[in-house]
Amino acid sequence: MPEALWQGYLRSDGRKGIRNLLLVVYTVQCAQFVAHQVASGEPDTHVIGFPGCYDNEYAIRLLLALARHPNVGAVLAIGLGCEYTQPARIADVVRQSGRPTASFFIQEHGGTTESIAYGKDLLAKLRAEAADVSRVPMGWSDLMVGCECGGSDGTSGLAGNPVVGRFYDWLVDHGGTAIFEETVEMIGLRDQLANRASSVEARRQIEQTYDKAERYCRSVRQYSVSPGNFAGGLTTIEEKSLGAVAKSGTRSIQGVIRVSEQPHGPGLWLMDSVPDETFMQFGYTNPNDTEGIMDLISAGSHIVLFVTGRGSVIGSPIAPLIKVTGNSRTYEKMKGDIDFNAGCVLDGSRTLDEAAYELSQLIASTAAGTPTKPERLGHREYFIMYKHQNTPSLELGCHA
Amino acid sequence: MLVDCFQIDKGDNVATLLQDASEAEELSVRGDALQKLIRTVQPIRAGHKVAVRRIRQDEQIIKYGSVIGVATQPIAQGEWVHLHNCRSLYDTRSSSLDLESGARQETRYA
Repeated sequence: MPEALWQGYLRSDGRKGIRNLLLVVYTVQCAQFVAHQVASGEPDTHVIGFPGCYDNEYAIRLLLALARHPNVGAVLAIGLGCEYTQPARIADVVRQSGRPTASFFIQEHGGTTESIAYGKDLLAKLRAEAADVSRVPMGWSDLMVGCECGGSDGTSGLAGNPVVGRFYDWLVDHGGTAIFEETVEMIGLRDQLANRASSVEARRQIEQTYDKAERYCRSVRQYSVSPGNFAGGLTTIEEKSLGAVAKSGTRSIQGVIRVSEQPHGPGLWLMDSVPDETFMQFGYTNPNDTEGIMDLISAGSHIVLFVTGRGSVIGSPIAPLIKVTGNSRTYEKMKGDIDFNAGCVLDGSRTLDEAAYELSQLIASTAAGTPTKPERLGHREYFIMYKHQNTPSLELGCHA
Repeated sequence: MLVDCFQIDKGDNVATLLQDASEAEELSVRGDALQKLIRTVQPIRAGHKVAVRRIRQDEQIIKYGSVIGVATQPIAQGEWVHLHNCRSLYDTRSSSLDLESGARQETRYA
């Protein structure tokens, strides 16, 4: 894979972004409509939010990590006025990160119409301030990529994930950072993962993370395998796991990070998004694909690769989603949505190396600013929910 | 016309079909396996697995060179390998799912 070079956006914490987006963050479901109306018709403005009225440390950490993502240039936080999560506190943290920011409560500015008009005014000011950002060269060693799979079928483990795995190997060899997650889809692979640990400490982290995932699945009697997976030809969770882990490639694993935590250096990292045992028992792990994608973005992934077999039409806010399928028929059917067809590996028209090379070209061009298909279609699904993870203090835990 | 299927690891006893196959159709096994031909004993859909050799009851089902489950009955070469004859070592519920849709049969909608 040749060296790639593009212009990024330098943030004051030293991280570099590949987009310069405005982000509207709402702090309760009651503010969701106004937040989306404020962003409506503004192609550079994305929306995320937390629906709960009672606050949750995990969700707040996630909002703060996403609001300070390197692809985000400025943030507008909007609340209703009586919820626990505080828009002004979010704005404070964002301001400390050197980004232009503003916040308000709807109840203090009138109703829907007044709040939308006020929000649009603030947004215009933030956009002008966010434009004043230094451009800086970026290459593979500055890039962080996450990978998620969803709607898997028999081709995901044969072509889609192995092609990503080969790219991950090259990205890591070029000094870049790669993240994979979905530990509940690693059931049966404890030793295989632990043997890839780069240190004794990494091995301990991987084993602990694996054991928690297995305990979780046993206790909720739900393994991460769906009717569509079975109908598509996958028979057991072990089979799905092997196919899923293929996307991590073959390089050693540096350690385990949790949701909203940045990797502690370059290389390949495993993310643990499974809830910890708590007074509410486990809760749910990744209830849908979008939730997992949000986790990967919270760690600072600039781009997320989404491997699907049966097809999917989702996108993501903040970090562009590149959709990959190993199923040529799915690609033909959903050409408008899917960016890359790895099915060429199965029909024999490309080797794994050739397909991974073409994928790397697409990733470099996306990093340089070319919109992906979900970006062009305007897909920006997000999902932030109540969850419990034992993490360091909020300040330490939300430096993403 | 030959139907392609893909065997990932030389040690695998199953391969994944890349196209739908009907009964008694000849399959060309590609991938890491030594190229060979086998004949299906029943229709098998694309994405699903076929036994590339005879598998005894309680024998491990191997794909990616790793164990993906255990045979719950003897399986002939060319037979479809799925929920009806392969069970997970972890997920005790997978064997009770509907064979075609994969949906849980005990969930009530009324």
